[in-house]
Amino acid sequence: MSSINGAPEGPVAKLLGGTGTFLDDRLHAAKGTRTFLRKVFPDHWSFLLGEIALYSFIILLLTGTFLTFFFKPSMTSMIYHGTYTKLDGVRMSEAYASTLNISFDVRGGLLMRQIHHWAANLFLAAIMIHMIRIFFTGAYRKPRELNWLIGIVMFTLALLEGLFGYSLPDDLLSGTGLRILEGVLLGIPIVGTYGSFFLFGGQFPGHDIVPRLYIIHVLLIPALLLALISAHLFLMFHQKHTQMPGKGRTSYNVVGQPMYPYFMAKTGAFFLFIFGVLALLSTFAQINPIWLYGPYNPAEISAGSQPDFYMGFLEGSLRVMPNWSWNLWGHTFAWDVLIPALVPLGLIFTGAALWPFLERWLTGDQLEHHVNDRPRNAATRTGIGVAVVTFWGILWLEGANDVIADHFNISLYLTTEIARYAVFIGPVVGYWVTKRICLGLQRKDAQSLLHGYETGIVRMTPEGEFIEQERPLPEEDRAVLAARQDYAIPLPAADEGADGVPAPGTRGAVGKLRLRFARVLLEGAPPAGDGHGNGHGNGHGAIGEGEPERAAVTAGDGPDHPADGPGTDSE
Amino acid sequence: MSGTGEHGPDVSLPEGAEERSRAPHRVIGTPPPAEERTLLGTAGADTPPPAPRELPADPEDMAGAKRAERIVAALFILSMLAGIGFIAAYIGLPVGHSLVRVLRSNLALGTSMGVAFLALAVGAVIWVRRLMPDVERTEDRHPMRSPEPDREAFVETFREGADTSQFVKRPILRRTLIAASIPLGLAPIVLFRDLGPLPGTTLRHTVWRKGLRLTIAATNTPIRPADFDSPGGMITVIPEGYQDNDDEIAKAAVIIIKFEPGQLKHPTNLNWTVDNIVAYSKICTHVGCPVALYEQTTHHILCPCHQSTFEATQGATVLFGPANRPLPQLPMGTDSEGYLVALSDFKEPVGPSFWERG
Repeated sequence: MSSINGAPEGPVAKLLGGTGTFLDDRLHAAKGTRTFLRKVFPDHWSFLLGEIALYSFIILLLTGTFLTFFFKPSMTSMIYHGTYTKLDGVRMSEAYASTLNISFDVRGGLLMRQIHHWAANLFLAAIMIHMIRIFFTGAYRKPRELNWLIGIVMFTLALLEGLFGYSLPDDLLSGTGLRILEGVLLGIPIVGTYGSFFLFGGQFPGHDIVPRLYIIHVLLIPALLLALISAHLFLMFHQKHTQMPGKGRTSYNVVGQPMYPYFMAKTGAFFLFIFGVLALLSTFAQINPIWLYGPYNPAEISAGSQPDFYMGFLEGSLRVMPNWSWNLWGHTFAWDVLIPALVPLGLIFTGAALWPFLERWLTGDQLEHHVNDRPRNAATRTGIGVAVVTFWGILWLEGANDVIADHFNISLYLTTEIARYAVFIGPVVGYWVTKRICLGLQRKDAQSLLHGYETGIVRMTPEGEFIEQERPLPEEDRAVLAARQDYAIPLPAADEGADGVPAPGTRGAVGKLRLRFARVLLEGAPPAGDGHGNGHGNGHGAIGEGEPERAAVTAGDGPDHPADGPGTDSE
Repeated sequence: MSGTGEHGPDVSLPEGAEERSRAPHRVIGTPPPAEERTLLGTAGADTPPPAPRELPADPEDMAGAKRAERIVAALFILSMLAGIGFIAAYIGLPVGHSLVRVLRSNLALGTSMGVAFLALAVGAVIWVRRLMPDVERTEDRHPMRSPEPDREAFVETFREGADTSQFVKRPILRRTLIAASIPLGLAPIVLFRDLGPLPGTTLRHTVWRKGLRLTIAATNTPIRPADFDSPGGMITVIPEGYQDNDDEIAKAAVIIIKFEPGQLKHPTNLNWTVDNIVAYSKICTHVGCPVALYEQTTHHILCPCHQSTFEATQGATVLFGPANRPLPQLPMGTDSEGYLVALSDFKEPVGPSFWERG
């Protein structure tokens, strides 16, 4: 029990000899734990986005637990006589009154409430940006499609969790949100009315909705989220994190710092940082002051009612919709509710869920990808991503059109009219502009690879010509710029065969369509130093499906392996 | 124990299969178990020579590390003081009775908490960046796909299990098991039936009936037309005696608007107005928000939720927005005492569209 693997005597040796031995005698854990401690984590600022979501969730669990000790999920009417004298003698539900009590009569209650609400907003924001990052860098590709799907489910659950959570205090603002929820439910054909009556326990608002949402909010969805987060992290751990392209980074390795002590210390600090920022935000920036809204009353509303930001997209969707409705065979088809409530959300979520599989089918790419794409290198994908974000963004802005109209002094109806066109035009413009920018950046990268960087040193040649000296880029930078090779891998099924015979996957009407989409998808600027036969950036397809291993090349070493480089088929 | 003994021969087969499936693992290069034991120094004599360090013990810049150490320690002390401050603020600053006390407590608790966390966080980051030597390690990555022997072994194990269980061989067992599970799967759905009553015709009716007085929502007082003589004014009214019944108010809330003579036009039902006062449902026909905004000069009723706009002088027809139908007009008259009363319920369902509305 003396020296452990060269470690000096002291507290570390004592810990290992005592507790370590005790545990390992019982758990057989030394080897597994060592692998865990030595596990390498790649570093990039964008990898922190998921951590923000994770830590916000933990903070939500902590503060939420505190709130449950004082909150009364009851819609029983009572007359308030408490610290907030402006509402003295007002009829309200116990839920609302207990929220006032948490805010004004429990020490730290207001702080916890505000941290909880800020953390919820941060949680959703972090999830969104994290997903955008995953999409733009192609981190959802094989083998990570399952984690992408888990992420989409968690995002959906988080949206519901947020909506149900802010509905609990039974204040005027959130009650209006529930009223809209009821209206949307009623609009669903055949089952809508029943769904609404079952959810609310009868007519709106009834006395059941707050307790029901409460148990869903504090138990059901958090438990599901916890399970899915565990699965998400386990898969991330098991498959090893992706890495950004760089020198020496390939699909066969992970470059970074070990879990212990580096990642543990950094991620722990990050958690504390998020908690600290949320605490200060909640101290100085008021959020959801329900005492100003007043208790819910179905006959009242205040102007400028806005949901939390993550629901604004649905709100805008409802606002932008023209008032289409059919009345057929004695039934109402409320398109003015159904389309905005279901279509944008359905398109984005279903589209996101199917995308990895669609992309894989189109390109015929069956390889594992562990080096992320730089967004510019996948111009079409990045364009599509921006189109979706634009679509979401316009609907989100439209969800606040009354505030916008008020602040900027423009007609309320004009904002909606503009949004009606913008939801269709905006994404197209976003796609096109983004794609052009990406292609331009690709060209610039190719140029930099070929010519190096400009030194600013101007020389006069003996002939009297002035030229600026260029130097090759450092190897680290070259590795990053050359990463496009990874994206431009020859993809056999998506192309005609090398001998002019169409590959099996490209025959027939579907095959032709697939080929066309694949071409658009893989469109890119000509790579560096490759002027021939590569006009579409994918004019190659020599590598057979039988030998995927070799093609699973990597970012960094593309140029060093001409066999993998683009354009090989042209020989 | 005797049970295990009895089944000894039966288990031996799966055990053999397990051995086979494990074999490739060893081949890949799991170190022999002996090595694990020695890591914690319990193996005794034949301890192998210590492996070379993978991580350096000290940072390169020792002088800088010393400075950083002081800064980190100072930050940790700051965090400790803030933590003490948090506890002190909790004990020392009461809440309740006045908002000023709440504000003070919140400020003290939040600031001390934020500082405590942030000082720790900043200290830890400096610790990692300045005191821990910078390293970069490379770890191998292997394809996710299992090696072929592993896959084959798995297939074999699975197939053996399927055979041994007789699940495949005995279709009658399989089918009856599935048959048994279907009703059990449906049962939980049935259990949800009592979550609420069936809608029936609930959404078609409100509590308004002939002779029921309109009362001002804010004061619960009935209204005489003469009391409401300011043209352009709008009042929210509810059925008398229902001020505490949210379920009914959610359908029956009404706005009454007073106009100058001659302003009310078709398709407003003038027989249902009293003295140029008209009553419309306050529940938006889009998704049910209260249509609370009324613009006097344009006679527009606006829903703040999704901006459906209704023309108040013309039967609350839709001018803009997602709502599809006019706000239903409440048939209104006066009773023997001259108060505003309903002449009947609304002639059509109020509020949002629903499937059975027709």
